[in-house]
Amino acid sequence: MIAFLIKRLFHAFLVMFVISVISFAIQDNLGDPIQQMVGQSVPESERAELREELGLNDPFFVQYLRFAKNAAHFDFGYSYIFNEPTTQVIMRHLPATLELVAATTLLIVLLSVPIGVYSAIKPRAWLSRAFMGVSIIGISIPVFLTAIVLIQLFAIGVEFTPFPTDTAWGAWLNGLLSTDGGMPAYGRGNPVHVFGTWYTNFSSLEGLTYLVLPAISLASIMLPLFIRLIRAEMLEVLQSEYVKFARAKGISLRRIYFVHALKNTMLPVITVGGVQIGTLVAYTILTETVFQWPGMGLMFLDAIERSDIPLIVTYLMIVGLIFVITNTLVDLIYGLVNPTVKLTGKPA
Amino acid sequence: MIFRKTLLATVIGATAMGAALLPATASAENTLRMAYDADPVSLDIHEQLSGGILQLSHMTFDPLVRWTQDLEFEPRLATSWEQVDDTTMRMTLREGVTFHSGNPFTADDVVFTVERLKQSPDFKAIFEPIASVTAIDDTTVEFTTSKPYPLLLNLSTYIFPLDSQFYSGTDEDGDPKDEIVKNGNSYASRHLSGTGPFEVTNRQQGVRTDFERYDDYWDTESPGNVDKVVLTPIGENATRVAALLSGDVNFIAPVPPNDLDRIRDDEDVKLVTMSGTRIITFQMDQNRVEAFKDPRVRQAFAYAINQEGIADRLMKGFATPAAQLSPAGYAGHNDELTPRYDVEKAKELMAEAGYEGGFSITMMAPNNRYVNDAKIAQAVAAMLARINVTVDLKTLPKAQYWGEFDDRAADMMMIGWHADTEDSANFYQYLTECPDPETGAGQYNAGNYCNPEIDALVAEANVEVDLEKRAEMLQAVEKALYDDAAFIPLHWQDLAWASAQNVDIEPIVNVMNFPYIGDLVIEE
Repeated sequence: MIAFLIKRLFHAFLVMFVISVISFAIQDNLGDPIQQMVGQSVPESERAELREELGLNDPFFVQYLRFAKNAAHFDFGYSYIFNEPTTQVIMRHLPATLELVAATTLLIVLLSVPIGVYSAIKPRAWLSRAFMGVSIIGISIPVFLTAIVLIQLFAIGVEFTPFPTDTAWGAWLNGLLSTDGGMPAYGRGNPVHVFGTWYTNFSSLEGLTYLVLPAISLASIMLPLFIRLIRAEMLEVLQSEYVKFARAKGISLRRIYFVHALKNTMLPVITVGGVQIGTLVAYTILTETVFQWPGMGLMFLDAIERSDIPLIVTYLMIVGLIFVITNTLVDLIYGLVNPTVKLTGKPA
Repeated sequence: MIFRKTLLATVIGATAMGAALLPATASAENTLRMAYDADPVSLDIHEQLSGGILQLSHMTFDPLVRWTQDLEFEPRLATSWEQVDDTTMRMTLREGVTFHSGNPFTADDVVFTVERLKQSPDFKAIFEPIASVTAIDDTTVEFTTSKPYPLLLNLSTYIFPLDSQFYSGTDEDGDPKDEIVKNGNSYASRHLSGTGPFEVTNRQQGVRTDFERYDDYWDTESPGNVDKVVLTPIGENATRVAALLSGDVNFIAPVPPNDLDRIRDDEDVKLVTMSGTRIITFQMDQNRVEAFKDPRVRQAFAYAINQEGIADRLMKGFATPAAQLSPAGYAGHNDELTPRYDVEKAKELMAEAGYEGGFSITMMAPNNRYVNDAKIAQAVAAMLARINVTVDLKTLPKAQYWGEFDDRAADMMMIGWHADTEDSANFYQYLTECPDPETGAGQYNAGNYCNPEIDALVAEANVEVDLEKRAEMLQAVEKALYDDAAFIPLHWQDLAWASAQNVDIEPIVNVMNFPYIGDLVIEE
């Protein structure tokens, strides 16, 4: 166990090292940060002075060594646009992203398990077919489109009047097709302070309304994937010998489905889920941009647009770290769920 | 089980919170919730010369004079001014004005501010003509210029007096409070004390900035009745429009051209558009392409481009076709110059110059800097194909584009320009003067066009204090540039703002795109 964790710690360092080298190597293609810092009429001499001051003229390895030396002391540099340490900037934006990911994960878990299990138990029911049909659509529509459609439907509202409005039934049908809107379309509202840089949206109904649309659109890609995964795994498990045996023994169907079968279904789901949580953090870039959700994704896009190299490098390293951590956690949980798996013997 | 308990606790907590929050939101105050595409990079208004910073300046400070919608000067903190001699101007300052900190506003603050402007990397170039400022008494300042300078009032629109006492001394780290730091944390980038209509009460960069009306604001005649302003940056165009349509915000800018009709059609919101002052041009690099040295080839290019077509079809009417740099209202704007689209004439000129068979060039344009920039470049490339010029076009995001522009990396490059001084001479200084790294002239002249006669005329106009005479000279410059086809002007990008019906933005917006929020009226 200890050996496993040490190995993983080593992995984390390796990943962060490789990411930092790569992001440093591409920084010349990220644009000129000076251009973003000064107005258009600033003469070249002033720009050169500023460039020298920031050390941008030094050769690649000198810049990298300086960075690595400071990074070893957990000093990842100053953000050009926020004028404060990059770690501080990221710490301020991290809670918003984590809350969004948490809400999305909750949504996915609460919906995918029952729907997946149901459509595996009753594969021919019309409801199962409906779920499968909708999930295909969900997978194929890009996140930003889902987000914009959600905003139009539930934030702005739409009015359809295909039926005569002067009759009672027409008005009723029109009402069914139309939406009122009113959901917040951007930002986090007034989140409540918890501690440090953590402000939460989970403590009030008003705060939760801000989470709804972003969480749904972020979930729209992952949810169908998990429904299908759970359904497929469950179908396979239900065919296996031990389930047949349990049935023959006369154990109640409910117990077979939800205790014996589900447990084995969840093994691959946990593996995929762990990796996907990392991916979710990455997907937030799109969702956060559309909903102006003040998290790391939005911050990262801003940093790219303004060539804020220190912030870009730090963000990439931290996302790499998040991936390593979630993978490690998944492996630990995997060991708990399936005791036959030996962590230390397994190639990572 | 544990989960259920937490959920219950959350719901109970939520109800209590909700009840506690209600009174704060249900007040009778007028709140302007506005969304721009970006928020100001700093609270130090001398850190960067940019649209965002100027918008902030007009909310929290007051300039000595400011522009009206018709580009006339309106007295603000300066109540009157007189030209003592060719190089000296005396200004009388408003009495009874206080800063947010409570300090009184005096002539010393103006001196302090101008001296700081002359230190700012971004502003020092345009404040270079001012040799010295002296406080004659508490309410009189005297500006001296090194040579006769006709644009002192234009410059005064950039002088937003700072609270000299507030910005003097050192902060907790021992750094001077008036230090201008481009990259790093300075006192002035986090603290603000101006004379303006609003105080900053809270700022989370990139998330939101809150403003509250300054109780002792001097301009009691201003009709403005906004008590609170919440500024949220929303970079995504579709979301910004959605936020307005859903009523989450009640003022947005800019309005993306693709959504103009959607906003026009909605009864709850209104749209205000204005012909802008930012000129979009293409420059033809004479150092890279020998043919561009021939004025006939440049003219042929100018004849081949259909500005009206681009403005009509590509920009959907959201642009004013241009044949010169100076927009209407500027001293140098020459009414005689109109777009000269004529493909036959262009072909004739090419033949005359010996390029009947055409030639190949490279072209670069940004793809996220100006409205429809990449599409405009494609259209121009297609138009040039009709005079047998093959264009190899590359479009880049702005962060990468400007590096390429500085390297003059293509034969034709796009640039848009807004004159910081709202004066024609600024265009020539940066875009058409012979490039000279020493003086900084022609810094953005990627055409390497050089005509010393025109430059001499501009230099002469720059010291002409008789404004009418000066206008004639500048108009002659435009005419000369037009005849010589020094560059290809395309159009002036229009500006658009949108708001809820009860927010009366029409009187407070202007072509410089810094709305005077202090004078904004929200109808009940």
